[in-house]
Amino acid sequence: MTISRHDVEQIAHLARLAINEETLNETTRSLGDVLNLVNQLQNADTDGVEPMAHPMDAVQRLREDVVTEHNQQEQLLKNAPLTEQGLFLVPRVVD
Amino acid sequence: MQWETVIGLEVHVQLATKSKIFSGASTAFGATANTQACAIDLALPGTLPVVNAEAIRMATSFGLAINAEIGKKSVFERKNYFYPDLPKGYQVTQLAEPIVGAGHIDIHLNGETKRLRIHHAHLEEDAGKSLHEDFHGMTGIDLNRAGTPLIEIVSEPDMRSAEEAVAYLKKIHSIITYLGISDGDMSQGSMRCDANVSVRPKGQAELGTRTELKNINSFRFVEKAIHTEVERQIDILEDGGKIVQETRLYDAEKNETRSMRSKEVANDYRYFPEPDLLPVILDEAFIDQVRKQLPELPEAKCQRFIEQYQLSDYDANILTANRALADYFENVSTHCKDAKLAANWVMGELSAALNKNDTAIEHSPVSDRQLGELILRIKDNTISGKIAKQVFDALWQGQGEVDQIIKEQGLEQVSDSGAIEAMVDKVIASNPQQVENYRNAPAEKRGKMLGFFVGQIMKISQGKANPQQVNELLLKKL
Repeated sequence: MTISRHDVEQIAHLARLAINEETLNETTRSLGDVLNLVNQLQNADTDGVEPMAHPMDAVQRLREDVVTEHNQQEQLLKNAPLTEQGLFLVPRVVD
Repeated sequence: MQWETVIGLEVHVQLATKSKIFSGASTAFGATANTQACAIDLALPGTLPVVNAEAIRMATSFGLAINAEIGKKSVFERKNYFYPDLPKGYQVTQLAEPIVGAGHIDIHLNGETKRLRIHHAHLEEDAGKSLHEDFHGMTGIDLNRAGTPLIEIVSEPDMRSAEEAVAYLKKIHSIITYLGISDGDMSQGSMRCDANVSVRPKGQAELGTRTELKNINSFRFVEKAIHTEVERQIDILEDGGKIVQETRLYDAEKNETRSMRSKEVANDYRYFPEPDLLPVILDEAFIDQVRKQLPELPEAKCQRFIEQYQLSDYDANILTANRALADYFENVSTHCKDAKLAANWVMGELSAALNKNDTAIEHSPVSDRQLGELILRIKDNTISGKIAKQVFDALWQGQGEVDQIIKEQGLEQVSDSGAIEAMVDKVIASNPQQVENYRNAPAEKRGKMLGFFVGQIMKISQGKANPQQVNELLLKKL
């Protein structure tokens, strides 16, 4: 199994990764190698095997519905390059 | 050509938990920006989500209310996409193994009952909010809502008209508010609706190409948006065109739907099981316990109202659509011991006043006890039905209690036969022509003509004369 340059461009776009022309061929080749390696798993017989949701054979613990986290606005905004009126500022997005 | 509309709805309901689905931050609405977010909501490194037990209980109760199979094992997955108000770069949701499996609800429309299937309902977290107001050409991000628990309820494409879609939505609204798992307030985004709409020639089995309508935030807009989109699709098809499968935004101001900037690449969300969360396992004992705590649901309450209070199907349906309204009615009815009069007043005068003032039943200025007392005063002939409306208005305006208003404004019904007789005599004396006409008229026409005299007496007495006594005296004297 191989992956096309076009696939890589699309995945890079979805992951918001900038891959330029020079590295595109190399990335396509190395991603293809990874896929070929993983693809060997396709040969395993999985008939009757239930898909695994988690490698640990354990059950999710639940927490009580209690508010334990209070206003942390100041600390949270400290990490952001730009803020205003308590908001994070990001480049304009309109969908 | 005859066209048939096909509609499926995806309804997002915010669960009324105190804290978020995976963190201990508050979910209260309307707080100052970013004061109700924490490290887990922001997916800062080193944090781990833990599932809120109450969100699980609420989703389970919804599943039981729609007669669905509850997922004894449900699995959270990551849905990956980039958007600034989604701080993690993925939304934690459920896909292959949701908590609520296939179920159904019944809607009642134009005297008919229709069963609508629900494909499944799953738990997920809400995103934050993007604010596009003027921030020097930038976008502001408020993450208070990020991580608020939602259930997404996905219907089968079983609806055939905008009216059915609204009836479905109202039924969902009534179930979630009866269960108390959400306030269901569409204006605050507690309940949101996306509609998948397509049309096909009547009789064709195959579905037409659908579009998805987003941003519909009231019952009225759901109906309008679907009507508008159906017309648009029919116009295109009748002109020989083709429908493009796309997401469209409903613009309530212009009453039109428009294409959202279509993405060059179809969205591939690259779902995979959330490695930070283990499967949630529910046992039979837990499900039984939730089942035992279910309140009386709208369908059951409606049946009980029909049997216990001898209400019509129509009246019972209206009164039970909303739990608060149903409770209010029952309290009025218990107080005045007359279910029919209670139903008439709650659906008539009270509902009209609530609508006119855009007030929810929970905030009615006239309490259930006051309305019950008012009806008692009609029943014991203290006031007439007509005067009662005047007292109701006074109650609405906060002018005091029923008996106090009747007394202060002198509204007691006049039942003193002497006083009524004097009025009857006066009216007869001052309308000789009508009296003569009445006496010469055949018996079957007299009933109508009597109305004139009754009206005159009511005018003199300002509506306070006991109508039964007026009638009796008039008949005797004419």
